[in-house]
Amino acid sequence: MTDQGLSITGVGYRYGAKRALEGVTLDVAPGRFCALLGPNGAGKSTLFNLLTGLFSTRKGRICVAGQDIARAPRAALARIGVVFQQPTLDLDLTVRRNLLYFAALHGIAGREAERRAAEVLDRLGMAERAREPVRNLNGGHRRRMEIARALIHRPAVLLLDEPTVGLDAAARMAITDHVHDLADQGLAVLWATHLTDEVRDSDQLAILHQGRILACGETAALRGSEPLREMFLRLTATAPFILAEISSGGGAAGTVGGRQPPGDRGHP
Amino acid sequence: MSWLIALRAILHREALRFVGQRGRLVAALVRPLVWLFVFAAGFRAALGLSITPPYQTYITYETYIVPGLCGMILLFNGMQSALSLVYDREMGSMRLLLTAPLPRWWLLFAKLLAGTLVSILQCAAFLAIAALWGIVMPWQGYLAVIPALALGGLMLGALGLMLSSVIRQLENFAGVMNFVIFPMFFLSSALYPLWKMAESSPLLRDLCALNPFTHAVELIRFALYGQMNLPALGWVALALAGFAGAALWGYDPARGMQGRKG
Repeated sequence: MTDQGLSITGVGYRYGAKRALEGVTLDVAPGRFCALLGPNGAGKSTLFNLLTGLFSTRKGRICVAGQDIARAPRAALARIGVVFQQPTLDLDLTVRRNLLYFAALHGIAGREAERRAAEVLDRLGMAERAREPVRNLNGGHRRRMEIARALIHRPAVLLLDEPTVGLDAAARMAITDHVHDLADQGLAVLWATHLTDEVRDSDQLAILHQGRILACGETAALRGSEPLREMFLRLTATAPFILAEISSGGGAAGTVGGRQPPGDRGHP
Repeated sequence: MSWLIALRAILHREALRFVGQRGRLVAALVRPLVWLFVFAAGFRAALGLSITPPYQTYITYETYIVPGLCGMILLFNGMQSALSLVYDREMGSMRLLLTAPLPRWWLLFAKLLAGTLVSILQCAAFLAIAALWGIVMPWQGYLAVIPALALGGLMLGALGLMLSSVIRQLENFAGVMNFVIFPMFFLSSALYPLWKMAESSPLLRDLCALNPFTHAVELIRFALYGQMNLPALGWVALALAGFAGAALWGYDPARGMQGRKG
């Protein structure tokens, strides 16, 4: 378990009778880029809603920089930067105004807010766009701006829910590179995606399917000589078989680098 | 301190959006102005008004419906913000708001207050146009009406927030029109006094008397003449507490938001 990064232990969630997440356990240490890879409907967005306090659950525990989100939600939220799947920008306001608004939601105002807005825009290479209305920015720059905004309160953990949806290949690559750089600078990054080409061999990888973590560990070690895309399709297409293998202690996936949640040992 | 910084930012954002979207102001004003200039002109001959408080002399029908039309602005704004949430147009910004490290009730209150502020500005513009048209209230009424509009706006905004959190199957604006706005507006004292309604149907009159919108309109009506209507104040405050409680329940992460996936 990490004190400064993100720690998810045995988390489960249901929409009425439908199970969305079960026994999800994952640690992301500071300075690590963790790709949460899963097909549509795997439970990624539900997990993000739990991580950001929009949903809550009694099953399992989520800690951000050592703060339990169920017990100290405000302290935990203060350490999270989040980029949601759907855009959350005010298109009619300028880039700067959007940033200042968000800074204020985190209790930062006046010169300090201005200074931090300039700092994060510079960090994401967008300093010259500060006075433009967001409506004038292309999709890639809007996303980059949302990432800049998520950093303004200097979080310990950065959560991104499919941040490259709808972007062209060049913008996708640029955003992916930027966020990898942020992880290198010490942030714990959780990056949800269904696109295998956004994951690097050195990244931590967690494969989520039908609400469960099928595999977790360093990408290179998990995939071996098999291309990641093939492995991902194989795992998610034959999930029941793989799950059976994991629970019997064998199988290719395993839980490399992952932890078994207390009271939830082994997958059925 | 961080609470106030956030509140100020939320109010500022709403004010900037309001100033930036001139079409929104025009659209919000056209509706009550059409009622005032067209409907009231056509209807004045059909409806005889007796002298009832707060009026001390005979008044024109246009004068009578001005408070109701202020209420209409508050009602439409409250429902429109609800709809924008239901249709996810504002859901993104709502997510952003709710992930701020502040108590949820404070964030929702700030959002309500911001919406109410815009409603008050629209009512001020409407009252100014009505005054130019010759429907002038006592000067102290223009001051006293501000808290009345604020309370009514908060109550109707809380109703909208409650609806946005618990109702997920509002097919379109027509649904809200049919099931919320029209019944609330027509089953109220906005367009006709309750004693007039009682002549047609005591049952309808009773329904009107139960409608919190009626009391918001009466609170505004009395305030515009510098008077306090205590029963109306009590009803509006009670409805505000009820709707706000339900909205808080609806936005509780452990309960109401559960059905909202994604």
